[in-house]
Amino acid sequence: MAVVDPRETQLASIAQYHLGIKPGTDSVLLNALANVIITEELWNKDFVNARTEGFEDLRHWVKDYTPEYAEQITGIPSDTIYQVAREYALAENASILYTMGLTQHLSGTQNVYAVANLAMLCGHVGKENSGVNPLRGQNNVQGSCDMGALPNVVTGYQKVTSKDVRNRFATAWNIKSLSDQFGLTVGEMMDAAQKGTLKGMYIMGENPILSDADAGHAKAALENLDFLVVQDIFLTETAQLADVVLPAASFAEKEGTFTNTERRVQKIRQAITPIGNAKADWEIICLLANAMGYEMHYDSPAAIMDEIAALTPSYGGISHKRLEIRGLQWPCPSPDHPGTLVLHTEKFARGKGQFHRAEYIAPSEQPDKDYPLVLNTGRRLYHYHTGTMTMRTGALEKHYSNEHLEVNPIDADKYGLEDGSVVKVISRRGEIQLKAQVSSVTPPGVVFTSFHFPSAPVNKLTSPKRDAISGIPELKRCAVRVEKSH
Amino acid sequence: MSSIDLIINGQQITVPEGSTILEATEMLGISIPTLCHHPSLSGVGSCRLCVVEAETRGRKKITPACMEKAKPGMVVETETAEVVEHRKTILELLLANHPQDCLTCGSNGDCRLQDYSWQYNVKSPGFTGDRHDYKIEDDNPFIIRDMNKCILCGRCVRMCSEVQGNSTLDFAHRGFDTKVSTAFDLPLSASECVFCGNCVAVCPVGALQEKKLRRTARTWEVEKVKTICPYCGTGCGIELNVKDNKIVGVTSDDGEVNGQSLCVKGRFGYGFIHHPDRLKNPLIRKNGHLVEASWQEAVELIAEKLDDIRNNHGSDSLAVLSSARCTNEENYLLQKFTRAVLGTNNIDHCARL
Repeated sequence: MAVVDPRETQLASIAQYHLGIKPGTDSVLLNALANVIITEELWNKDFVNARTEGFEDLRHWVKDYTPEYAEQITGIPSDTIYQVAREYALAENASILYTMGLTQHLSGTQNVYAVANLAMLCGHVGKENSGVNPLRGQNNVQGSCDMGALPNVVTGYQKVTSKDVRNRFATAWNIKSLSDQFGLTVGEMMDAAQKGTLKGMYIMGENPILSDADAGHAKAALENLDFLVVQDIFLTETAQLADVVLPAASFAEKEGTFTNTERRVQKIRQAITPIGNAKADWEIICLLANAMGYEMHYDSPAAIMDEIAALTPSYGGISHKRLEIRGLQWPCPSPDHPGTLVLHTEKFARGKGQFHRAEYIAPSEQPDKDYPLVLNTGRRLYHYHTGTMTMRTGALEKHYSNEHLEVNPIDADKYGLEDGSVVKVISRRGEIQLKAQVSSVTPPGVVFTSFHFPSAPVNKLTSPKRDAISGIPELKRCAVRVEKSH
Repeated sequence: MSSIDLIINGQQITVPEGSTILEATEMLGISIPTLCHHPSLSGVGSCRLCVVEAETRGRKKITPACMEKAKPGMVVETETAEVVEHRKTILELLLANHPQDCLTCGSNGDCRLQDYSWQYNVKSPGFTGDRHDYKIEDDNPFIIRDMNKCILCGRCVRMCSEVQGNSTLDFAHRGFDTKVSTAFDLPLSASECVFCGNCVAVCPVGALQEKKLRRTARTWEVEKVKTICPYCGTGCGIELNVKDNKIVGVTSDDGEVNGQSLCVKGRFGYGFIHHPDRLKNPLIRKNGHLVEASWQEAVELIAEKLDDIRNNHGSDSLAVLSSARCTNEENYLLQKFTRAVLGTNNIDHCARL
């Protein structure tokens, strides 16, 4: 096991290799691994020849990414890069798992390209116990994407730019037409709200005030709206800004399905009646649609799933009745289809796997005289996202009650900090205050904290610069300075 | 793989080579009492409660079914008088150093020592001698640890090292003083423990209990509803323990992706469901303040305002954030609402964050 992380996490401590990477330089490491695998002729010739295209391009693109060059940029010893490359290439099965550490950078998309290149180069894809897996941070983030809660696709990733798709949905939904224009991503929505071109927003179960990059900007943007509706189970920081707040039922109070990180659609079951006058989100949406003159009636979530199945080839065979027995992994195109355990076994979605050029795009902020440290952000085991739920359990928040800033002992000496010192962390966008924890988990030059605690809203500091392709903000890295608070 | 024929309680059975006697009996639906054995963990054969009589080529022996491999021509009897006598003695020995406080024990009704004592009619310890008097560990918000009730089966030790990969627990000391302990016998809260509670899930007695659950409901009072964890994207199966229309705890059984394993959030992070801060009524901003309103008033206001903005500024002046916390059905409906009713593709959620 090789763990790539700037910090020596618990997982890193039990791994065979810990690659303590400088934040934001992942594509350089990944290209260097490909460089070694190609130079030493360790690549899977059968797989590359039969299943992929563009290999000669890849050879050319990664030629200059030698481990020695990568060592200078990533800080990872070249010897380690050689070893990991050889072990990955020669393993019978190998899996690459990643999370936001790879994607929340300006070069996030490039990093993912580089991961895909590596897996295809070694043929570690399309078979059991191998492949590439982005681990999903939220119970139904996979399902939200599958269901078309995205500005460019409807369900099952069917593009809104396709006339055929729009026609099919317009007929099923009994409307004249669907917009053929891509909508705004969450970051673009905040920009448009700030500019005043976006007038009204409807937010269901999200708390962008704490989760968005450059949270000060997100707050100002939402305050600039003419009308804001928030539907949630708690009066979140975002809900406090709303004109109307609607009380939603929690997962324990309704029926439905979640799709997990391995595409497994599973049934959730109602255990108790909704709290107070709260209603399930699906019931609320129906109420609202009907109030706006659009007929929307369903007996139950099972009936909604039937409609999803009819419009979505990959969910075509999924029904609540089948899910009562066990979960189903999509694609599951028909009622007699058992679901799909492993993707890409015979061919990729586009046919042959295409190698992509994965460029290194340097992070937007390098440490300088005024902001000499790199701020890395992430999550803690005991908490979840913006803390809406985990700060109210009577258990988790008692055990892990205060957030702190991890500072390496070398930096602590440099800036006169002790364990427990209250510090101000200041970026070009804002400042927060919290206690320092002097710890060698985080390397010199880097400080770390989470975004769970409303009392230390780290996204006031983070950079709103976004990956040009995915629109994902560069949350994993910005430049800060740390001052002892008096 | 070759197969093996043997006879258990007079019934002929064929099992794959390498199967234990216990696995063979399970195939026949014959139940054998076990304490240390767990199908997800390595075998240790330490409790000896699963002993059976096994005869191979005329040689008879009493042997633990969980460890003894099935052999060709083996003849097994699972409930002979001698076997039962062995089991009773083991139970008497365990009870000799186990508090008889079943009346108030949180695990009453879900305790294997209790079940087997009933099954074999073991009413009293049968032996007298020293008893442990360990302090009950109660200083963390998740788990109560009462080592006086521990029967040293080692399931927790193996769960922690073999499944969780954390190796927080191990046996310390020798003989009567043997104890499951953290390093330096520190409380869990001062150890490397990550409070996944997977040790609690496999504890066959009341030595490890979920703190809140076992103080709120007797084991037979709860209805268990199988559902999926509300936290990360792994999709672990959980059982919501319901009493009087309240979630009083979470347990794990046989989740499709997780078996009995959960993390601290999934097992102990359910308290938000009944937190007093839960929104119970719609709120409408009036004179700068959010005040309670009826559903009808709230929905009519939203419909009117969204309609106004759409008519005056166009559909693309509206945007919707959906939720990775809501169900597929709800995400589907919200994007349908956005596209079909509001008329825009301005819909996204926090997949990017």
